[in-house]
Amino acid sequence: MNAPLRIHRFPGGLHLDERKSMSTGQPIAIAPLPPQLILPLSQHIGAAAKPCVAPGDKVLRGQTLAEPQGAVSAPVHAPTSGTIETIDMRVVPHPSGLMAPCIVLVPDGENRPLPAPEWTPIPDFTAAAPAQLRDIVRRAGIVGLGGAGFPAAIKLTPGRAVDTLIINGAECEPYISCDQMLMQTDAAEIVLGIQVALHALEAPRCLIGIEDNKPDAIRALTDAARQDPRIHVVVVPTRYPQGGEKQLIQTLTGREVPSEGLPLDLGIVCHNPGTVRAIGQAVTRGEPLIERVVTVTGEAIAAPGNFRVRLGTPMQFLVDLAGGFREAPARLLMGGPMMGFRLPDLSVPVVKASNCLLALPAEQLRDTAAAQPCIRCGECATVCPAQLLPQQLYWHARAREFEQAEALNLFDCIECGCCALVCPSHIPLVQYYRFAKTEIWAAEADKRQADAARLRHEARQARLEREEAEKEAARARRKAALSARKGSDTPPAVTPTPTPATPSAGEEDPVAKALARAQARKAAGAAVPQPASVDTDGGEDAVTRALAAAKARKAANAAPADGATVDDAAAEAQAGSPAGDFTPAPESREDDPVARALAAAKARKAAKAAAATPEDEDPVARALAAAQARKAAKAAAAPDEGMS
Amino acid sequence: MSSLSSPHLPVTPTVDRVMRRVLLALVPGIVVFTLLFGWGVLRNLALAAVGALLVEALALKLRGRDLAPLRDGSALLTGVLLALALPPNLPWWMPLVGVLFAVGLGKHSYGGLGYNPFNPAMVGYVVLLVSFPVAMTAWTAPALLVPADALSQATALDHVRTELTQSRTLSEIFAEPGYSLGLTRGWALVSLAYLLGGLWMLRQRTIRWQIPVGMLGGMGLIALVFWGLDPDRYASPLFHWTAGATVLGAFFIATDPVSAATTPRGRLLFGAGIGVLTYVIRTWGGYPDAVAFAVLLMNLCAPTIDRYTPTRVYGTRTRQERS
Repeated sequence: MNAPLRIHRFPGGLHLDERKSMSTGQPIAIAPLPPQLILPLSQHIGAAAKPCVAPGDKVLRGQTLAEPQGAVSAPVHAPTSGTIETIDMRVVPHPSGLMAPCIVLVPDGENRPLPAPEWTPIPDFTAAAPAQLRDIVRRAGIVGLGGAGFPAAIKLTPGRAVDTLIINGAECEPYISCDQMLMQTDAAEIVLGIQVALHALEAPRCLIGIEDNKPDAIRALTDAARQDPRIHVVVVPTRYPQGGEKQLIQTLTGREVPSEGLPLDLGIVCHNPGTVRAIGQAVTRGEPLIERVVTVTGEAIAAPGNFRVRLGTPMQFLVDLAGGFREAPARLLMGGPMMGFRLPDLSVPVVKASNCLLALPAEQLRDTAAAQPCIRCGECATVCPAQLLPQQLYWHARAREFEQAEALNLFDCIECGCCALVCPSHIPLVQYYRFAKTEIWAAEADKRQADAARLRHEARQARLEREEAEKEAARARRKAALSARKGSDTPPAVTPTPTPATPSAGEEDPVAKALARAQARKAAGAAVPQPASVDTDGGEDAVTRALAAAKARKAANAAPADGATVDDAAAEAQAGSPAGDFTPAPESREDDPVARALAAAKARKAAKAAAATPEDEDPVARALAAAQARKAAKAAAAPDEGMS
Repeated sequence: MSSLSSPHLPVTPTVDRVMRRVLLALVPGIVVFTLLFGWGVLRNLALAAVGALLVEALALKLRGRDLAPLRDGSALLTGVLLALALPPNLPWWMPLVGVLFAVGLGKHSYGGLGYNPFNPAMVGYVVLLVSFPVAMTAWTAPALLVPADALSQATALDHVRTELTQSRTLSEIFAEPGYSLGLTRGWALVSLAYLLGGLWMLRQRTIRWQIPVGMLGGMGLIALVFWGLDPDRYASPLFHWTAGATVLGAFFIATDPVSAATTPRGRLLFGAGIGVLTYVIRTWGGYPDAVAFAVLLMNLCAPTIDRYTPTRVYGTRTRQERS
């Protein structure tokens, strides 16, 4: 049916003991409803979803429980009907072992679906616009089911021409067999999903890469894809990490994803078979992502197998389904033995990315004995599929020479673990690379912070200098005015006319403070906007204005509004740009954050305007106005200002 | 660092298994060497092996370290490799002096296994060679089970070098009755036995092909050039390959991973450098054989070679592709 595709080879890699047959003896079993479902709000890469239900709410199967937040996010749906018990912090399956917010759903056992899906299914998707399909995929909460959990809708929105959709059915890690079983069982649904994805991507062809140790899956998909000439099943050699995205792309196309780039840079998009199946079901049948196939296996499991499980099912429930433990497991893992991570206990739920629950006894685990010195044998480099120099990276990471490690392409390490598995000195190499990566990330974050602080400091310094210069100018002017008056023998009239409210010493009441500030601003405002006419009526006017303004500023300072230094700096930075109108300082009684922000923006604009008024205006007045406006901006932006 | 994060699978290779494999691969060579050069070979081996372990233990103790590394086999291997480079009728204390310098100075003064910049066995060998040049070049003629008191005789390499200085041609040297074919054939037989072990190690992936191929290739190429220019003054590549410590060096000595270059291209260069330097010193230098000097010289270059021969990392394009 298809022209045979030339297979390429990725460098390095290992042939591992598969141990998949442990869990492939039985067909996928349907797991019953557990007594409780724990649904983390973040089961994907990106921002956590925001709950739109409250404890006590009755929900139906397929109902949205949490809405996506932002572009890279995914909603969470009710896997069955029941009652929301609580929304609280729980231990979730994550390498960090930290707690995360979860919706806890108690099933009512009726499994009632929504009367109608939350979107209209499109059985004839070929007539639909790609954007419409992507929207459905997004609303269905579909994320990468291979383990990464990246929102699938984004990977259907390429923003450039895609010539190949690759379905990653390699499943190269030992023990895991959920994709294999799914491909055997639901081949037709996977092909349907591929067709939907091809339409959404507007891509001309699809390659399904399957390792040659899965003949049943190869046969099933080849049969299912027979009627569609765009879809090719490609048998790839069984070699770990064949299922690594970059490695599979290299095997199928002979091309390499650029360092720090994406497959999309080659016009390629990769999806997992389970993910495309879910895409097909969401688009044609209106089903959100509420279940997945999970492999429960390992030497410690009594009856390993694959289960179609509702998301949120506690792992303990799964272990019980698989006959419990044959022996006490020394380690519980989510994912495979090469890249999976440790689970703290069995209370954690199945999430969208849970492909495998692996329970291993001690003899199937890496020994924890101290590593021996590196003998530089170079086996690590031989097996590295990224063609890195693992031992050089190790020396640098160990010596905390992170720059050198980065120069040796540390960030191209996919952490497949091949190097650590062949190291005769038993050095935990991958841990060293993770350590180096985290240190570099932390250093970068620190640098960003330091840069921001430096910019802020420089802006403040510049402002202080400017203000000092302005004060100096005002003083000089006053002196000149005084000497001019002395010369004309007129008695000095130093009493300022507009006396603003002076704040009382022990003032604590925020209302009073705000009032005082408002008054002070008003006074300052009165002192500022008119263009100064120095020639008519001389310095008189200027002195009065300056004094009044100084007082007003003092008054405003008495009710300080700190914590808005960034805004201040922004205002500083903008101060040189073209002017707008001067708007009076905003009411500080605003306690609506939006209004406050608007007010701050306005005030900033005013500051700009004041700082950049035409030449002929009095610089003192201008500076004062700017200072005033800045103060106002601060006051308006400070979150706890106003009516707290 | 504990290893609670991935990969979780047990690691099967161990350092001592690597060392044991190398020792096992030496067995054919040791057998042939002993058959042709007598029991002195085994005496040297025993002295050097026990001595190396004693020095290792002493050094670990002095450094306040655990004695566990004794079991990794690296000191034993150093002793064995040194012993195989020694003439069979050496005074009994010389192998001991050799391992003292090999393991004590060559290895532990730099921080022990994994940290030595030089091949420890070759450090010991060179110390002995420059200190006791006469004893260290007193080889017997290879003959099946020669008695231990056999007359000492120059090796083929030594003989050829001496005769060439008498402005005689190679064809004359090889033709004269004083030069027995047994001399070259005996050494070639030993080399063949080492080659057998070396090929087995390649098959077992205990060593990689780059260093042996680099060394034999480098030596063969330069020998071919000069042999082609003047076959009466310069010996053939085959002569150089089968003579002296070439094969032992290519498969067992230059491949010591700790002191060799580590990148694939770097190892090829490293091996080629040893091959060429060995030829140069043999042909124009003051010593009949030069594998030890060549190895030590290239050990010096290994870090620099590594630096300039990085691999092309996945996703980083080569210059040709970019243009």
